[in-house]
Amino acid sequence: MLTLTCPYCGTHADETELAPGGEAHLKRFGPGSSDEDFEDYLFRRANPKGVHFERWRHAYGCGKWFLAARCTTTLEVYGTYPAQTTEPPEHILETIAAKRPGWSWEADT
Amino acid sequence: MSTRLATGGRFIDRSQPRAFSFNGKRLRGYAGDTLASALLANDQMLVGRSFKYHRPRGVVAAGAEEPNGLVNLGKGQHFEPNQRVTTTELFDGLEAESQNHWPSLEFDVGAVNARLSRFLPAGFYYKMFIHPRSFWKHIYEPFIRASAGLGKAPKSRDADTYEHFHAHVDVLVIGGGISGLAAALAAGRAGVRVLLIEQTAHWGGRAPVDDPQINGLGAEEWINSTLQALEEMPNVQIRTRMMGAGVYDHGSVLCYEQLTDHIGPKDGPRHRLWQVRADRVITATGAIERPLSFAGNDVPGVMLAAALRDFVVNFGVSVGDRTVVVTNNDDAYRTAIVLKTAGLDVPCIVDARPAPTGELVAEARALGIRVEAGKGIAKVKGGKRVTAVALCAQAGEGAVLEEIPCDAVAMSGGWSPVVHLWSHCGGKLTWDEAGAMFRPDPDRPPTGADGEGFVLAAGTANGFLATSEALADAYAAGQIAAGIKKGKGPSALAPAEEPMAPVWMMPQGAAISLREKMWLDYQNDVKVSDVQLAAREGYESVEHTKRYTTLGMATDQGKLSNINGLAILSDSLGRPIPSVGTTTFRPPYTPISMGAIAGAARDGLFQPIRKTPMHGWHEANGAEFEPVGQWRRPYAFRRNGESTEAAVHREVKNTRDAVGLLDASTLGKLIVKGPDAGKFLDMLYTNMMSTLPVGKCRYGLMCSENGFLSDDGVVARIDEDTWLCHTTTGGADRIHAWMEDWLQCEWWNWKVYVANVTEQYAQVAVVGPKARMLLEKLGGGMDLSKEALPFMQWADGRIGDFDARVYRISFSGELSYEVAVPAGQGLAFWEALLAAGEEFGVMPYGTEALHIMRAEKGFIMIGDETDGTIIPQDLGLSWAISKKKDDYLGKRAHQRPHMTDPNRWKLVGLETTDGSVIPDGAYAVSEGVNDNGQRNTQGRVTSTYMSPTLGRGIAMGLILNGPDRMGELVEFPKIDGTSVTAKIVSPVFYDPEGEKQNG
Amino acid sequence: MAEAMQKTSPMAVVTALGPRGMITLRGDLAASKLKAVCKALTGADIPAAGHATVVKETGLAWMSPDELLIMLPHAEVPAAIAKIDAALKGSHYLAVDVSDARAVFRVCGSGAREVMGKLCPVDLHPDQFAPGQFRRTRMGQIAAAFWMRDAATFEVVCFRSVADYAFDLLTVSAKAGPVGYY
Repeated sequence: MLTLTCPYCGTHADETELAPGGEAHLKRFGPGSSDEDFEDYLFRRANPKGVHFERWRHAYGCGKWFLAARCTTTLEVYGTYPAQTTEPPEHILETIAAKRPGWSWEADT
Repeated sequence: MSTRLATGGRFIDRSQPRAFSFNGKRLRGYAGDTLASALLANDQMLVGRSFKYHRPRGVVAAGAEEPNGLVNLGKGQHFEPNQRVTTTELFDGLEAESQNHWPSLEFDVGAVNARLSRFLPAGFYYKMFIHPRSFWKHIYEPFIRASAGLGKAPKSRDADTYEHFHAHVDVLVIGGGISGLAAALAAGRAGVRVLLIEQTAHWGGRAPVDDPQINGLGAEEWINSTLQALEEMPNVQIRTRMMGAGVYDHGSVLCYEQLTDHIGPKDGPRHRLWQVRADRVITATGAIERPLSFAGNDVPGVMLAAALRDFVVNFGVSVGDRTVVVTNNDDAYRTAIVLKTAGLDVPCIVDARPAPTGELVAEARALGIRVEAGKGIAKVKGGKRVTAVALCAQAGEGAVLEEIPCDAVAMSGGWSPVVHLWSHCGGKLTWDEAGAMFRPDPDRPPTGADGEGFVLAAGTANGFLATSEALADAYAAGQIAAGIKKGKGPSALAPAEEPMAPVWMMPQGAAISLREKMWLDYQNDVKVSDVQLAAREGYESVEHTKRYTTLGMATDQGKLSNINGLAILSDSLGRPIPSVGTTTFRPPYTPISMGAIAGAARDGLFQPIRKTPMHGWHEANGAEFEPVGQWRRPYAFRRNGESTEAAVHREVKNTRDAVGLLDASTLGKLIVKGPDAGKFLDMLYTNMMSTLPVGKCRYGLMCSENGFLSDDGVVARIDEDTWLCHTTTGGADRIHAWMEDWLQCEWWNWKVYVANVTEQYAQVAVVGPKARMLLEKLGGGMDLSKEALPFMQWADGRIGDFDARVYRISFSGELSYEVAVPAGQGLAFWEALLAAGEEFGVMPYGTEALHIMRAEKGFIMIGDETDGTIIPQDLGLSWAISKKKDDYLGKRAHQRPHMTDPNRWKLVGLETTDGSVIPDGAYAVSEGVNDNGQRNTQGRVTSTYMSPTLGRGIAMGLILNGPDRMGELVEFPKIDGTSVTAKIVSPVFYDPEGEKQNG
Repeated sequence: MAEAMQKTSPMAVVTALGPRGMITLRGDLAASKLKAVCKALTGADIPAAGHATVVKETGLAWMSPDELLIMLPHAEVPAAIAKIDAALKGSHYLAVDVSDARAVFRVCGSGAREVMGKLCPVDLHPDQFAPGQFRRTRMGQIAAAFWMRDAATFEVVCFRSVADYAFDLLTVSAKAGPVGYY
């Protein structure tokens, strides 16, 4: 039963007010893409023991999708941020780097 | 015998007797008694039978850890099994019955199992019942089911009510002993929001029994003054009879409040389940005394040492006249001292340690109590109650030195901190060699959203067993949790204690004949010998051993047995205890009621039922409902004496011949508006929607990125930048969320707004050859002619007295108008249609008639023809896939090799040769068998009905190369062994030219 | 709708209110034209996130960063939408009548906070939720939104189709009696 702060409305939302949406920052591959890229887009998902980027929708609240950077083992939330980005914002990456020396977004993806 | 003492008993009020019954026997206790203390006061030592061997069992503990005293409580609609006698508060009229025996508690035929115990070792069930396979279903399982289970499942519906409550606090303190009080005091003084809860009815835990001095006050005095201080703080709430049941992620804690259990059935909620969100959780849950493993340690009358003195001090109940104390620590001497002071006989303290000399030991000796050091109990004598103990050297193999007659045994193997709540969410433990106990490892707490530990164990629960240390630890925990600097907490004065000595088996070198009588798990009948056998058979993991032996798997979840069992296992494996580890601590701490979990969600509130504006009319007019998501839609409207099937056929026929009304309000209606709305819909639908002219409608398909058909519906172009998308009934919320997902997360620069207006409108499909006549009769001035409003167009206007939007769309193949009016006018509009339509023979129809009519026309249904693996091309819907678009959701997937495989099963119509109806879900078989010896298949039925229009069975199905095999016969085996043969035909059975719907 | 439109308990009176005019307005909430037309319709300024400015039946509630709920008497909705359309013509916005898609309830009494606290995973301590604030959340098993008309009165809005469920849920919660927490 996580609590995540919706970056749009500021609500500290109970998990029961949220709908999960799987891994964040997937790049869509459409017509013209290779079979490999398309297969990765459809099916390949990170399942890390550690830092993970996730999609959540504030379904019972403002209805907006947001993204969360979270540790799957300690449940620490490094931050939540609006979904209108293709990669985690700098301040989120800095927060994670400070907490987890040696971790990097590139290495993770 | 066990009896009520003439004086004493902190909790009981002797001026208030309470009548209750046990196994039909009428007994008396006092207000303040637990069922356990009241039973013991009435010399009811035997309270139940064990699970496997049906051994006689007596009360062994005084609190939540009790494994034996489980009873069926109450009657009829208030019946509940497996209630612990030690935590059940006595009230007038309480009715209890013991469990797991037949025909009676005193004489039980199941006890024969005990004689067979040699043949029922660990893993017996796994070993015995595996062969022969066929015996399981008919012989073993019925036998096991008949003899398994402790309490009986309730037969009546529960007459009580339950509720939930949400609370948010800075600090939740679980446990109202002196540690919890000190922690709450510290946090409360810091000014943060504090909730302090205690599972029993009393504050202070066990401290008043042992009565240490705190801040110069007697324990009870300090407790009362602290309570008063807490009550005066506006930021602190305190509640009794409320248990911390489970600790979950991010400070989510489930608490279980028992509101009426102590007074018996009453109005109002019986239990309240709290969902608490706490920034920090302090677990001041105390410690539980461990039994010692000696032969016969399960004979009624053998009890935990502290429980024995709790019964004396708290309830004025003596368990026996002559009590032998057996221990490996100083604390149990307190029991001897309490008993002796109460005027009872303590013939001997048997101490496994070679030379105990502590303050309490000296005090006991000064009272004239004999202390036998370095000794153990070889065996307990007695059947349904203790008659004597045989002493031996602890270091030996059990040679009897002496027999001491007695009627009670007080045992203490040391104490284990209650680490359950610390552990629920991942808090780790560390092995404390000196205390021979697992305690919370402060460096490895469960972590919260901020990455810091959010649970702090406090006091004895944190492994500080001495009162002064416990109080200091708990007060500091309260301050840390509140985020303030440490200051000085209360100080305590209590006799110093010498170290305990771990004793996992008594005597140390006991022979097998003794080990077979040493109980670890009283409720599940697991003995020292069982765990040793498991280890010999190769069970090295503690989790596997638990399941193999059932150690710790009973309703008490091994509160008494786990550490002792673990120590035996580690000894057998020759590995240190910490490397063997513990089993997983799972919530709830003690069982909670199913009713509390459900809360208010029962009967009409079990789940939300969505109702259309005409729902009440449907209910009043014979509707049989079917669930569609959370909606209830009329399946058919039965008239006097009519069968459902007859009603459905009448509705179909009447709609085809005259006019029918369908409540289509549940269909999803999404407004999509903006300069980029056309571009957006071109991506969402396989069709081209941007080119749809204003005023027109188009049937569209939506696919997932996997290419599978996800939803369908008619789209209407409202104005230059506005579209209205109809979805399926079940799809409205899902498709709305799907649209928002793409707009928010992928194409966030596109200027599109979406609004779900599904419930703003009541929508009625007016269907049949007389539909136009009916609507025209209502008046209002709209031109509904074929010329003004042709098929697949829409218009706004007035129908009668109603503002309406009229769509010329048809899901039946008939002349059809779908009319949307504001939901608040839906019922009036429906009734106006029925009144005006009387002369045309109007009748409402339900979803089954709808399904039949669409099947007669070969229209697909999401969920029937699709199942998440079907692409539009499978269903002959390639015409609805735009060839002009570079992209749409699902397009790339439609190019994958499996999707373009010419051997995908494709949609066709099926006409049975004998006119019968093919069973739903039937498979078409082909030649040969597969590797499993099953017939090969070449297709399956997706929809199948008796068509009242055609007077024969019709079906739609997916068949290998189906569209190329028109006229061929395929065979569908039925479950009765026969087959039905069907001819492959076009799926459009009715009006293939569409003259009726276009008319 | 539920047969009884009002149920009374010592905790709170639960009342099913009649239809209320509601318009979903999506657009740029910072745009001056949008602010102006909202002010003209309701007299209220655009509320901050998590807030609503509602006086009796009229006001604005903040639904999301690009959505407002405009509340006003039911009969005024068509004219109000026409005014919005006129004012925002040419800009990207969406205004739709959702009056009939909603049901509105009032929970009034000393136990009103606890009635809501039994059903919603929301911190309703007076320091945390007070008149002027607005919360969209889960109530039992449905989506709902609420605000406080005054210190002892909540107004709750949910979808029309689940009005019976909402009314019964609130009623059962009120009837069960106080928790003694707030």
